[in-house]
Amino acid sequence: MKKKILAAIMAAVMVLGLTACGGAKETASSGSAGGSGDLIKVGIINNDPNESGYRTANDKDMKNMFTEANGYQASFAYSLKNDEQITAAQKFIQDGVDYLLLSAADTAGWDSVLKDAQDAGIRVILFDRTIDADPSLYEASIVSDMAKEGQNAVDWLKAQNLSEYNVIHLQGVMGSAAQQGRTGALDAAVAAGEMNIVTQQTAEWNAEKAQQIVQSVIDSGESFNVIYAENDDMAKGAVAALDKANISHGVGKDVIIMGFDCNKWALEELKAGNWNFDQQCNPFQAGYIDEIIKKLEKGETISEKTIVMDEKGFDATTITDDDVNNYGI
Amino acid sequence: MQNEKRFNVKEFFMKLFKRQIFIPIAALLLLALFNLIVDPSFYRITLGYNSAGDPVLSGYLMTILDYGSELAILAIGMTLVTSASGGQDISVGAGIAIAGSVILRVLCGTNSRPETLQAPIIVAFLVSCVVAMLFGAFNGALVAYFKIQPMVATLILFTAGRSIAAWINNNELPIVSDPTFSYFGGFIPGIPIPTPFFIAVVCMIVIALVLKFTNLGLYTQAVGINESSSRLNGLNPAFIKFLSFVILGLCVAVAGLIKVSRLSSINYSVIAKDIEMDAILAVALGGNSLSGGKFNMTASILGAYVIQFLTTTLYKFNVQSDALPAYKAVVVIILVVLSTPVVRDYLSGLGKKLNLKRNVKEVG
Repeated sequence: MKKKILAAIMAAVMVLGLTACGGAKETASSGSAGGSGDLIKVGIINNDPNESGYRTANDKDMKNMFTEANGYQASFAYSLKNDEQITAAQKFIQDGVDYLLLSAADTAGWDSVLKDAQDAGIRVILFDRTIDADPSLYEASIVSDMAKEGQNAVDWLKAQNLSEYNVIHLQGVMGSAAQQGRTGALDAAVAAGEMNIVTQQTAEWNAEKAQQIVQSVIDSGESFNVIYAENDDMAKGAVAALDKANISHGVGKDVIIMGFDCNKWALEELKAGNWNFDQQCNPFQAGYIDEIIKKLEKGETISEKTIVMDEKGFDATTITDDDVNNYGI
Repeated sequence: MQNEKRFNVKEFFMKLFKRQIFIPIAALLLLALFNLIVDPSFYRITLGYNSAGDPVLSGYLMTILDYGSELAILAIGMTLVTSASGGQDISVGAGIAIAGSVILRVLCGTNSRPETLQAPIIVAFLVSCVVAMLFGAFNGALVAYFKIQPMVATLILFTAGRSIAAWINNNELPIVSDPTFSYFGGFIPGIPIPTPFFIAVVCMIVIALVLKFTNLGLYTQAVGINESSSRLNGLNPAFIKFLSFVILGLCVAVAGLIKVSRLSSINYSVIAKDIEMDAILAVALGGNSLSGGKFNMTASILGAYVIQFLTTTLYKFNVQSDALPAYKAVVVIILVVLSTPVVRDYLSGLGKKLNLKRNVKEVG
């Protein structure tokens, strides 16, 4: 009998556990239902904040902006899966939110649910990621221009006027927008004969893989003087491999280290002169969104549908402590 | 006289062929030979100095010993789990994320970037061992006492583990600046051989002693081969299964220490990604039946290093790293097909036929 009860309890716990992992996680935050009269109701659908430092910063930014103090009643839903995100969107539509803020996991499959939103009078704002849907279905889309980020970085590299460029190129997960944009600019420079690729491999945003790839190049004895890593984690893995082989890196040293995303620790490395360049990928969209919502509430129209955020590149020789604190994520 | 000698050689090879360890050795030789022919510089090892000024050996072979070690440690636990339960634990990658997160949490306290360590490394490691063994016990309890299929039971942690790991550190990414912490995944000053290899050797010695002086190996295999008959012989099959998962938990904690030490940091979503598949592959490559029963620990450990040998070889030849799983899949297909009864029967039938023919000739 005792065993049976125990089994039942365990089964119940398991079922709960499974649903908790399976469904899109939803947390309603800030606010009693009663006081929502003058608050703007927003439903925010984002990717899992554990995905990366970028996403963590992005989620934190959203949570700081959409509070009751700022006049919002916000509900959040997180998932890395498109279908779960769509389910969450349908739920938000039923709940009758005023605005739906969306960072889609996948570009396809959003037409019908956004149409439902439009019919219900809900306005949609995309952030961070675009989707393949008719632009009339959303009010605005706030994005990073990945190609421009890559171009910024490559332009900086060209400006270093090295006698030769032998580049180890560590790519992100193949096919992702960030990878394509950041790879594109470098590939163009290589095709123009300005640079030489020693190896071009995807380390899938993963520091350990990056370390192994760079280790392999060091073991082969090939010479290189630039590491172009498409995110900070991979640059960090590459540096770990260089340290092991006593290859100097950073300002005025043998190998130039380049990273993306501007994690705080990466900017600290930059400040210490161990790295050379870091390109920002701006996760702080909440301010832009807030501005748009305020405009829409006043009845103004949005002139530009696609808003590209300002993104900076940081050079180790010019970076300041303020930069590290303000732009580090 | 000569005839007899040839017979002996043949017998020797037949014996070796039948031995389980033949599979990983053959795979290793194949890879070694391939590298020797294509580019002998693969075997060059040089003594250099790292940026801290300590002597280090470098070269592809060292890279294999270095990076294959976590896998070898995991293979030890995975072999026991496979043997006892006839299934695999797919949550080891998530388990490593949890163990690593616990280590950093204890070392860093609430501040994610401390100047000094908040606790001795050994304390952090022991805490992570306890936590990892608890998670192992959770898996083990589901499998042993609730008779859930191992893959289904461990699927729970597989999905939830990385979120738990992130939650342990409040979603922050702690960085340890103390250089002594990097010794475990790098080099101890003055010793030019990578530390992970030493850690793996210690684990191998421990498991060898345990298997030699306790009945763990015998009992595990007995439970894996026939649960009810082992129960009739006075064993407690559920406890043995449970124990194997707890031991795997310990292995996960050790591997986790090496992983976080390599970079003195952690990234919850990608640390030890897909390592469970490599660990299972190591067990399979060791010629162990994935449906439980008899096992050969040496073969599994060798299998782990063979996988790293393959990975390093592919990196050397600049194979796109997102294509690596495809090459590993080919290995799995070959192994699985070779171990099916149909192919085995056919092969042994072929061998008998050849023998028969020769005998007929001799008679004629």
